[in-house]
Amino acid sequence: MDKIDPSEVTPKKLYLSRRQFIGSSSAIIAGAMALAACKGSPPATEATPPPYSGPTEDELGDPLTTYQDITHYNNYYEFSTDKGAVVDLARNFPTSPWSIEVSGLVNNPKTYVIDDLQKFKPEERIYRLRCVEAWSMVIPWIGFPLHRLLDEVQPTQEAKYVKFTSIYDPTDMPMQNSNFLPWPYVEGLRMDEAMHDLTLMVTGMYGGPLPKEDGAPVRLVVPWKYGFKGIKAIVKIELVDTQPVSLWMQSAPDEYGFYANVNPNVDHPRWSQATERRIGEVGRRMTLPFNGYEKEVASLYEGMDLRIYF
Amino acid sequence: MLVDAWRGGLTADPIRGALLRTGKLGLELLVLSLACSPLNNIFGFSPALRVRRALGDYSFLYVCLHFAIFVGLDYGFDFMYLLPELIHPYALVGLIAGLLLIPLAITSFEPWPKRLGKNWKRLHSLVYVINILAGLHFILVVKQGVTGPYLWLILIVFLLVLRLPPIRRFLGRFFSRSE
Repeated sequence: MDKIDPSEVTPKKLYLSRRQFIGSSSAIIAGAMALAACKGSPPATEATPPPYSGPTEDELGDPLTTYQDITHYNNYYEFSTDKGAVVDLARNFPTSPWSIEVSGLVNNPKTYVIDDLQKFKPEERIYRLRCVEAWSMVIPWIGFPLHRLLDEVQPTQEAKYVKFTSIYDPTDMPMQNSNFLPWPYVEGLRMDEAMHDLTLMVTGMYGGPLPKEDGAPVRLVVPWKYGFKGIKAIVKIELVDTQPVSLWMQSAPDEYGFYANVNPNVDHPRWSQATERRIGEVGRRMTLPFNGYEKEVASLYEGMDLRIYF
Repeated sequence: MLVDAWRGGLTADPIRGALLRTGKLGLELLVLSLACSPLNNIFGFSPALRVRRALGDYSFLYVCLHFAIFVGLDYGFDFMYLLPELIHPYALVGLIAGLLLIPLAITSFEPWPKRLGKNWKRLHSLVYVINILAGLHFILVVKQGVTGPYLWLILIVFLLVLRLPPIRRFLGRFFSRSE
């Protein structure tokens, strides 16, 4: 072993003061970090994504949004208007037992227990989700086309629209205790929209179950319409002969129409819909007519003035 | 904010997060600067007057940052993308409020107060208008049903009402008597 010259050894006093310096400075840093933590939103909780081996991009070549972002950026006003707060508030929301009543103008009314829906053979569908607030994601849903369920209940000739209703559960959904919106959430589709193969009843995501913050146990996804049409936590589906009044139509009729098709040429009264921010990207991209599903769905709206029917 | 951005604390949409954060800070500082005069006039708390100018200047700093993020980071300085947005009231109101702040920020430093004399005070009462516009700008960007921004505008109007001479005199007398 080499002999160390005493002059090379740091004097004890200096050594101690260095210790002290590290101690005090790390206290300052810790304090600053604590302050920073208090100031903003709480640090994002890490989500554990289920094992996923599906495609990594949509048909246009855009990558999937991360599981973390999809589960930590949610417009779910039943829980909170703060998109980052939903995941924690929804944690104890009971999704089992759960059943969906399908009734109204049908020959074969039925109530499905949530596990019954498996018989409609949910499959993986990668869809773009465009929020009316001008941000978007690419999400690998697992769901089945609504027409499979409708075929079973057999809508009558008089059925012109499908009305969806969310659960009303103010005990577990804190914002339903306030009447700033006319709860429960209601949405609707025209019969041909509901029967379209792109229209999906969703029960899973990223190869796993549907997270509560994303609308578990079952939600609607209509990829060519703004995200708010995708009603979450559905408990009732009714076939009706008049156009349903959705929650957003009722609370702000000049801002939200029944159709709510993604349309870069029809602005929201307060902001433009021409561009959008894709979550995970910096900057903006052009919004596509019908959110990029124009080829599949534009024919449904032939001859309609989409400025009037927004 | 940078620490937050790195830790993901600005949400999954960090540009929107940064816009909200800078915008809110700008508004908060602006409203605080508006509270200084009533604090002095009614409660006789004179130190408030000393920080008033600094509050305004820091507000301007955050408003600049807010604008830079909007035009640069969000829209990538792309005028084709920006134009359809700029015709909307929220953007116009915000832009006007920001532009009006520029002369105030410049003339808040020496030698302007002395050079402008009486006119300096007149010029700086623009801050009343700017506050209203800023409150309006915030209301115009949020969806219906979100109440927070309305509270800010109510607070701004309240602070302006406190300046009306009869109210100021009445409250001033009321509080100095009780002391």
